Amino acid sequence: MTAIPLPLPRRRFGVALAVGAALVAAWTVVALLWPSLAPFDPGAQDPLRRFAAPGAGHLLGTDQFGRDTFSRMLAGARPVLQVAPLATVLGVLLGTAIGLVAGTLGGLVDEIVMRLLDAVAVFPAIIAAVLFVALAGRSVTVMVLVIAGAFTPIVARSVRAATLVEREKPYVEAARLRGERPWALMGREILPNVGTTVLVEATSRFGDAIFAAATLSFLGLGQPPGSPDWGASVSDNRVWLQIAPWTVLAPALAIASLVVGIALVADALRARWEAS
Amino acid sequence: MRRFLLRRLATIPLTLFAVSLLVYAATELVPGDVARTILGREASPASVAALRAQLGLDRPVVQRYLDWLSGFLTGRWGDSYTLGAPVRGLVLDRLGASLLLAGLAFALLVPVALTLGLIAGVSHDRPADRVISVTGLTLGAVPEFVTGVVLLVVFAVRLHWLPASAQAPEGASPVTRLGHLVLPALSLVLLCMGYVARHVRASTVASVESPYARAAALRGATRAQVVRRHVLRNSTVPATSALGVQLQFLLGGLVSVELLFNYPGVGALLLQSAVDKDLPTLQAVAMVLGVLYMLIVLAADLTYRLLDPRVRLGEAVA
Repeated sequence: MTAIPLPLPRRRFGVALAVGAALVAAWTVVALLWPSLAPFDPGAQDPLRRFAAPGAGHLLGTDQFGRDTFSRMLAGARPVLQVAPLATVLGVLLGTAIGLVAGTLGGLVDEIVMRLLDAVAVFPAIIAAVLFVALAGRSVTVMVLVIAGAFTPIVARSVRAATLVEREKPYVEAARLRGERPWALMGREILPNVGTTVLVEATSRFGDAIFAAATLSFLGLGQPPGSPDWGASVSDNRVWLQIAPWTVLAPALAIASLVVGIALVADALRARWEAS
Repeated sequence: MRRFLLRRLATIPLTLFAVSLLVYAATELVPGDVARTILGREASPASVAALRAQLGLDRPVVQRYLDWLSGFLTGRWGDSYTLGAPVRGLVLDRLGASLLLAGLAFALLVPVALTLGLIAGVSHDRPADRVISVTGLTLGAVPEFVTGVVLLVVFAVRLHWLPASAQAPEGASPVTRLGHLVLPALSLVLLCMGYVARHVRASTVASVESPYARAAALRGATRAQVVRRHVLRNSTVPATSALGVQLQFLLGGLVSVELLFNYPGVGALLLQSAVDKDLPTLQAVAMVLGVLYMLIVLAADLTYRLLDPRVRLGEAVA
């Protein structure tokens, strides 16, 4: 399939898409290059400059150990941007595979798989996450698995829906009459045509993954305390909210800017896809 | 309607069973010896063995699961490992506190989201619509604890309008209590608002452009009359399913909001009992929350059906 040129609303969605993409790109660069961008070592303590207010010397002030808030905010981009893409890719791959198989094969397989997914989806993700972390202990691997596990049924459901639509189209019918086997039908015929659905899903799920990773670390279930990770920083510093609000506000606004950036991109993509 | 209701009610025990299996399996597999955790590193092997026997940890897993399940169903929820007090009183107390917070958030969410969605839908593609849609989308993407931090810094630390803790001092008046709940409730509302408003907007746009609304306008009805008589009901009813979805989000959000605002609710208890490996409490909280989620989904489905007789949910969902 060649890409169909998008006729529509470049102007309408252009601004949101550009702003969103710029935010995501900026944080990606920071996550990769923070060691050369940060003015201070994010772990370096300075007992003489505890709780320094934002201003000259320390752009966003310092925390209870005299660590530079700005440098910690830059360093905090890395852990979240490691966990979220991994979890997204894993969840989208699993979900796409399940949705594609269930949708193409149909019948009893479809029925069983979808009922199982329903049962899993009923269980609130946050409770599952708490239980799972209590069970397996806190680690980055556990965080990736928990998030990917929560995404799998969501992705599977929408890929299945798209597959069901494609399955009824003439080109699939023709392929089936040609004698193509189910696996070939899935891989060669249907998969390329549900690609847009997968892409839109992946973008939305990526935003959710950042949301989830930040929340888990805030709850003490993700990155360890003391890490410059944004969620962990908000959690560590929230007791100092009254005397040093910048130590909480900087990582909080960093999270906000990244998730909003992704949401804008995801929304623009979805709108373009629906318009086409 | 009755058949739908019966079928939905029949699935409840099944889901409950699945939830209980999951909760029990997860808590059963917690690494480390619970008796050792409670007694500490220096306890003698004899006292650890005695406590294991007292807690029933030396019996087979299936028997313990059945004992636990029948205990849960008959209201015997055991004693907390860390507090020594009965779990049931503790969990129900915390549940009451959480429902108060969630109830306030929901009571704020419904009128705000419906109004914003209606305004956006009626002013389709004009600046008001653009502003509401983008704001809702943006706030819905931001984790509730982040929104909460910003609200705290602005309204508690800078302006001193509202207290920073959700917990009112002992013996405070109901109004003071409510004041303490405003910021945590607001962080939940801002999270869910955009999604509901988006649904209301979509159905409002559809009903504003519908033949019956156009016909009413051609008959000379004013814009306000068209909206009130023809658009309002048709655009708000479909939003009930969106509200059901968001109510689940709202309950999930309780965990981090309760932690941020130091509120003694069931979400904070879930987290605390998991950290302390207080298994009876963790199991009870997870079960109670699981049941609550299920009831919300059911209530949302039923409300949707009651309000809109055209919907045949049972048949429509493949």
